Amino acid sequence: MLRQAQHERVEANIAVEAIDLVKDFGETTAVNGVSLAVPTGSIYGLLGPNGAGKTTMLRMLIGIIDPSSGTRRVLGRERPLDAAQEVGYLPEERGLYPAMHARDAIAFMGALRGLHIAEGRRRADELLKQHNLEEWAKKPIRSLSKGMAQTVQLLGTIVHRPRLIVLDEPFAGLDAINQGRLEELIRREARGGATIIFSTHVIAHAERLCEQVAIIAKGKVAFDGRVDEARSRLRPIVRLRTRASDGSWRSAIPTDARRESDEWVFELPAGGPEPLLKALIDGGAGIETLAIERPGLHDAFVAIAGSAAAEAMGQEKAQ
Amino acid sequence: MMRFIRSSFVIARRDFAATVLSKAFIFFLLGPLFPLLLGGIFGGIGASVATRAQRPAVGVLMPPEQFKRLNAARDDIADAVGDDAVVKLVGYVPGPNIAQQQKQLLTTPVPPIRTVVSGDLGNPRIVTAAGDDELMLRQLRLILARAKSGETAPPPGLAVTQAKVPNASLTNDRANTALYGQMLLFFLTILLSGMLLSQLIEEKSNKIIEVIAAAVPIDALFVGKLFAMLAASVVGIVVWISAGALLIQLVKHGGVATLPPPAVGWTGFLLLSIIYFAMNYLLLGAAFLTIGAQAATVREVQTMSMPITFGQVLIFGFASTAVGAPDSTTALAAAIFPLSSPMAMLARAAEQPEWWPHIAAIAWQALWVALILRVGAQLFRKTVLKSGPRTRWWKRARA
Repeated sequence: MLRQAQHERVEANIAVEAIDLVKDFGETTAVNGVSLAVPTGSIYGLLGPNGAGKTTMLRMLIGIIDPSSGTRRVLGRERPLDAAQEVGYLPEERGLYPAMHARDAIAFMGALRGLHIAEGRRRADELLKQHNLEEWAKKPIRSLSKGMAQTVQLLGTIVHRPRLIVLDEPFAGLDAINQGRLEELIRREARGGATIIFSTHVIAHAERLCEQVAIIAKGKVAFDGRVDEARSRLRPIVRLRTRASDGSWRSAIPTDARRESDEWVFELPAGGPEPLLKALIDGGAGIETLAIERPGLHDAFVAIAGSAAAEAMGQEKAQ
Repeated sequence: MMRFIRSSFVIARRDFAATVLSKAFIFFLLGPLFPLLLGGIFGGIGASVATRAQRPAVGVLMPPEQFKRLNAARDDIADAVGDDAVVKLVGYVPGPNIAQQQKQLLTTPVPPIRTVVSGDLGNPRIVTAAGDDELMLRQLRLILARAKSGETAPPPGLAVTQAKVPNASLTNDRANTALYGQMLLFFLTILLSGMLLSQLIEEKSNKIIEVIAAAVPIDALFVGKLFAMLAASVVGIVVWISAGALLIQLVKHGGVATLPPPAVGWTGFLLLSIIYFAMNYLLLGAAFLTIGAQAATVREVQTMSMPITFGQVLIFGFASTAVGAPDSTTALAAAIFPLSSPMAMLARAAEQPEWWPHIAAIAWQALWVALILRVGAQLFRKTVLKSGPRTRWWKRARA
């Protein structure tokens, strides 16, 4: 009894869970043993370069395809399609019926998820009005611009008020204004209690929106955790400009430091800034400028994805 | 289950509306009516031309009394073989210059006279501009002989006893009904089910398949599409059959009632026709949907069309073995083979009065529709969406 209650509590906190998911396409392994847990109500980013396996991962999570092995659980259901009425999905390659009117397209997407068609049309009118598209409501999709069509599809994704929203590269193809609107929409849905999972290869969006990210490289999860944790994996970067070009203080500079213009650029040594500063002052370096920068998610991503790829290659070589 | 039905309904409603409310559907409806329309137009033109171009007649230059006898003989023959089959006679009072009168008559446009008979019944003389028209000359000889002999009394009455139609004849009539029913079923299906080959191309090409596959089971997508097209086809058939029945009523005295009666009766036969059309459409449609779902482009679908049409003809050929021999081995095989079963069973309905084989056949066919759809959906998930476990079936068997 106690164990079941604990299990239910864990389920209530985890919206989506993947355990050791593998997906093979012939001889190619697109996703290789991925495990992750998406907290309920969070904005969760799947980061990775093109071809990393993000889309395949999302398609498995929401049940478009079944994994070659491994299990997944979506909103407490073993079979993702059983939770389909509570899920909204925006695929990477957008698609709508060109002859359908905008409001009908939104209502149709809602109807696929169990929303009554009349209610879907009513909500479609509301949503289109909120996004200044009310005059396009009864015009065919083929007459809309690409950005407008993408907005219509996004509205179709949320029209049934899902608890889980899965967006595959949602910012692709949007201009800066629409990207900002989409970010705001994602935040609004999250404030409303929905769990958002989105994939992207643009770090800036994940850095602005996500509380938690999974970095995927070559079909594997190289990192899964909070954005702060990802950034803290890298040591701070020191940028130093001195008046003196040489002296005893040079021994305090790491051997792998590089020169960029007149600056030394290197990772902050393990001992922290004090020993470095002391050595520079005592050695008469003549500090002109000294900056200690916290690495961004981009640096963390490059470092993590790069090292994971190198590690995977090393394993292949060893085998 | 309710969710499955609901999902199928959402897909079917979209597809049905997109098909029936499109401008192209008007052409779809009018397509089979074009031959009727053209037939009507050309028939009208032909009739008009025929009216203007009257059949040549034979001018008779004899005294009125002799012409009367001649015409009576002609009418006697016409009573037996039909008025249109016997030459028309037009009488003229002989003038003083017969040769001149003959010459004038042979150039008369209305009525067009190409042959003139003069003299008297005992010694008729024939002048013709119709060439070597042996049939007309034989008829004239017969008419003249009958008129000369003076046989004007009606032929003696024959004692006629009405007999029931012999079994062989009824069987033959019912075989005709079976064949026509099968042909109608075949042509309707070949015309309509081909559309299903390309049904998934739209979803695949505009990428909406991802949205649908994430929301509803692929089985529901297949079922929805199949029933939407069936419903659209039924709309077409109602229009065509109404037009066809109207035409039959117009052109044939007695209308559809003159067609030979099937063994299960007209009501039962029409009911079974509707059911077997639906089953035939669903069976072939499910197979086409499955095959077409594998195609990535319209070109691939077009390439598939020819062998599939050929396959349909073969199935029709197989099913037609049931006509005239409903209890033969091949007829039973055709009734059991799912794709030929509806056509074979419709033929059986025309020839055999039992109902229970139809109930069994309809259940059998429905089972196969479900089976083909299930396999089709799984094949689609496996080959198009690339879904499923990696273990091969032979490896699983070994494990």
